[in-house]
Amino acid sequence: MINYSASDFKKGQPRWCPGCGDHFFLASLHKAMAEIGVAPCDTAVISGIGCSSRLPHYMATYGMNTIHGRAAAIATGCKVANPDLTVWQVSGDGDGLAIGGNHFIHANRRNINLNMILLNNRIYGLTKGQYSPTSPRGFVSKSSPYGTVEDPFRPAELCFGARGHFFARAVATDAPGTVEVLKAAYAHKGASVCEILQNCVIFNNGTHDAVYSKEGRAKNAIYLRHGEKMLFGENNEYGIVQEGFNIKAVKLGEDGYTEADVLVHDAHCEDNTLQLKLAEMEWPVALGVIRDVEAPTYDDCVWQQVEEVKAKKKYHNFAELLETNDIWTVSE
Amino acid sequence: MEIKEKESVVVRFSGDSGDGMQLAGNIFSTVSATVGNSISTFPDYPADIRAPQGSLTGVSGFQVHIGAEKVYTPGDLCDVLVAMNAAALKTQYRYAKPDAAIIVDTDSFGPKDLEKAQFQTDDYLGEMGIDPDRVIACPLTTMVKECLKESGMDAKAVLKCRNMFALGLVCWLFDRDLDVAFNFLREKFAKKPELAEANIKVIQAGYDYGHNTHSSVANVRRIETKHKVPGRYMDITGNKATAYGFIAAAEKASLKLYLGSYPITPATDVLHELSKHKSLGVVTVQCEDEIAGCASAVGASFAGALAVTSTSGPGICLKSEAMNLAVIMELPLVVLDVQRGGPATGLPTKSEQTDLLQALFGRNGESPMPVVAAASPTDCFEMAYAASKMALEHMTPVILMTDAFVANGSAAFKLPDLKDYPAINPPYVPEELKGSWTPYMRNEQGVRYWAVPGREGFEHILGGLEKDDKTGAISTNPENHDLMTRKRKAKIDAIPVPDLEVEGDKDDAELLIVGFGGTYGHLHAAMDELRRQGHKVALAHFRYINPLPKNTAQVLRRYPKVVVAEQNMGQLAGWLRMKVDGFVPQQYNEVKGQPFKVAELVEAFKKLM
Repeated sequence: MINYSASDFKKGQPRWCPGCGDHFFLASLHKAMAEIGVAPCDTAVISGIGCSSRLPHYMATYGMNTIHGRAAAIATGCKVANPDLTVWQVSGDGDGLAIGGNHFIHANRRNINLNMILLNNRIYGLTKGQYSPTSPRGFVSKSSPYGTVEDPFRPAELCFGARGHFFARAVATDAPGTVEVLKAAYAHKGASVCEILQNCVIFNNGTHDAVYSKEGRAKNAIYLRHGEKMLFGENNEYGIVQEGFNIKAVKLGEDGYTEADVLVHDAHCEDNTLQLKLAEMEWPVALGVIRDVEAPTYDDCVWQQVEEVKAKKKYHNFAELLETNDIWTVSE
Repeated sequence: MEIKEKESVVVRFSGDSGDGMQLAGNIFSTVSATVGNSISTFPDYPADIRAPQGSLTGVSGFQVHIGAEKVYTPGDLCDVLVAMNAAALKTQYRYAKPDAAIIVDTDSFGPKDLEKAQFQTDDYLGEMGIDPDRVIACPLTTMVKECLKESGMDAKAVLKCRNMFALGLVCWLFDRDLDVAFNFLREKFAKKPELAEANIKVIQAGYDYGHNTHSSVANVRRIETKHKVPGRYMDITGNKATAYGFIAAAEKASLKLYLGSYPITPATDVLHELSKHKSLGVVTVQCEDEIAGCASAVGASFAGALAVTSTSGPGICLKSEAMNLAVIMELPLVVLDVQRGGPATGLPTKSEQTDLLQALFGRNGESPMPVVAAASPTDCFEMAYAASKMALEHMTPVILMTDAFVANGSAAFKLPDLKDYPAINPPYVPEELKGSWTPYMRNEQGVRYWAVPGREGFEHILGGLEKDDKTGAISTNPENHDLMTRKRKAKIDAIPVPDLEVEGDKDDAELLIVGFGGTYGHLHAAMDELRRQGHKVALAHFRYINPLPKNTAQVLRRYPKVVVAEQNMGQLAGWLRMKVDGFVPQQYNEVKGQPFKVAELVEAFKKLM
């Protein structure tokens, strides 16, 4: 196996605004790809339209920067037609969840082996500042000067609702955390959604402030790891415990809670109830791999079926296909 | 017994949707084709999912035209109408010639049946003005029950064999050899031999009934075969032929065949057909919507497959965005449009040619795309092959237009040998260009090279944004955009297509008939009829619409009068006027959702001369 470095995957000079979360994410993607070790020529990066969808232009792989909303559908055809390719699909919150919402849910439902990146800055940046389907209710933007009157999607909920088998979350500025989830997404066979929380410095600055800095994450985020206790805080002084059918964050030592009460993360649990609750916590914000459950992938099954039918049917080329029909002969 | 020689006959089987009219029609056409008759068929099925039994909206028809010489259409009006119930007689009689023989099942003309079919009295023949002497009134249901009473079959299964009795009667009427029908059924019901034998018994009973009846219409007609083209044949519908064309092209090009699709009438049978052939490595993905059908095909094309998406007009509206992506990325793609009546949901099961301008122009920006159209059910094979070759060799999406009429109609298909078909050579980027290659570098035909993912050293990014001609990077440079727009157009304009053929009175026609796509048969039959009547007429039928054949202007200007006949309000006429300076044709336009009637064409064209 060839050892790759991040620079083997780099191309061109990114044109995003200085300070944009996309810069941070791109660097982590280059690094993750080098560590994953799939050759650039066997990798395809497919995006839609939007600021973040410029990303394929900065990759030394194969790729397409396509049309608005259709990246998941285009990636689906690409992966099914050539399952040997490692396919990364990159979309923003508008591309992936608004205009492309239908393709997002169906790629998850079918469980196509795609690594689906959702760069969520809760705003339309390229069109200069309209609310997106992940903007919170009441959000003031150019197209909602008096605040929105609609509720946002919660990407994890959408993914789970579509029977998704992998969901992870990272903050763009957190390189190790991002690289970790990207590698996990690659390792997972099937549709894997990575929600990347990122800032739009121009139109929605500070939207992920609570977790954007290392210090912030220490206070306000929890890194979930399969098989490990759900502890967080600067000194792991907090934990997630069960309360009835719900979960809550508690301070250890208070109200009689001890480390023994703290739940252990099970990303592999088929039932997504607890994973959904973790993904939807507002404090702390759950980071890392939240759900990672094995299931048959669409592309594998398609080609497996081809092999099964090939073994069963007696015709394997066009001439033989013709012979399967009712044929008559007209003679002189 | 008197035997009349006939040049050609049209038989229309009609009954309830569940009466098996399509099967009876299919067997009759196969039996006829086997003796070398030319055949053309047209199923006319209701749009209702399952209309109430015996109702007027639930009538399903299957028309077959058999001829001693080549037949071009399923025929305007029928010589024999089989009406399995009162509703069928009521709705289908208008497709019968004044002297047609009518076969009815008198058991299905009870008071309730007549009421459902909205007859006022029990004298249904009188109400319709049908001469009883032309009717073979047969208690068909009773006879089938009698015939199968010892078969042990339940009542429902017995009733399903009624169509075979009607078939037997028709076979007698045309002096057909029943063995072919028997073999057909034995093969079709190979797993249920008792069912095959029951059906065979009923066909024989129907045949014998005809033989023993001394009805006034009981003149046996015989259609001799005049010009036999020896060979091996099968019956094929246009949709199946289209699917076969794609399979053949993929095999010839040594590529995987990928279909991204979403069910839509009348194109769905292409999805059905291709889904069967996994043993040939064909992959079909039934997508979440039309958009994804096309978008996923673009993805599959990027990955190196022969990518196809199939739909009808409303689907083209949704696919146009991804088609345009394939235009700017210069990737091969075949978009199949099986046209139906529009606009919007329109007439989903009926046929029109109203998508032509949408195919040519229905996208944002300057978006040139080749458009080809199939002229008949079997031509669907040829044009699907041609469209695939064109897409792969010229790195472009191609629109293949058929319509509900040719898609559902069938004809005898002489088994093709792939050895006789031209090679398909996509412009794969030569290995020696490694290092100097950029994505929009072109070969001498102006075609971008194809670098399929997996090839080391040719990694590149394509996309929907305009690219620099030299580097392939995003560019908003005004001169570059102008240059790229011209290059994309020049590439399409340079695609070689066969010359436009003129049939009939090539040299001295007074009137040139012009059409495209699925109306070929009707226009040809109209021309033949006019020539029989002594008129000087020629036909030029377009299968290649963009780019147009090189001799188009020359042909159109050669004749004193030209009429463009099409099933729309003048879309081909408009396109030709745009492309041929000073060309002002007469027009014949009709949008009834039904095939042209040859007799009506003949009358209309006579008035122009």
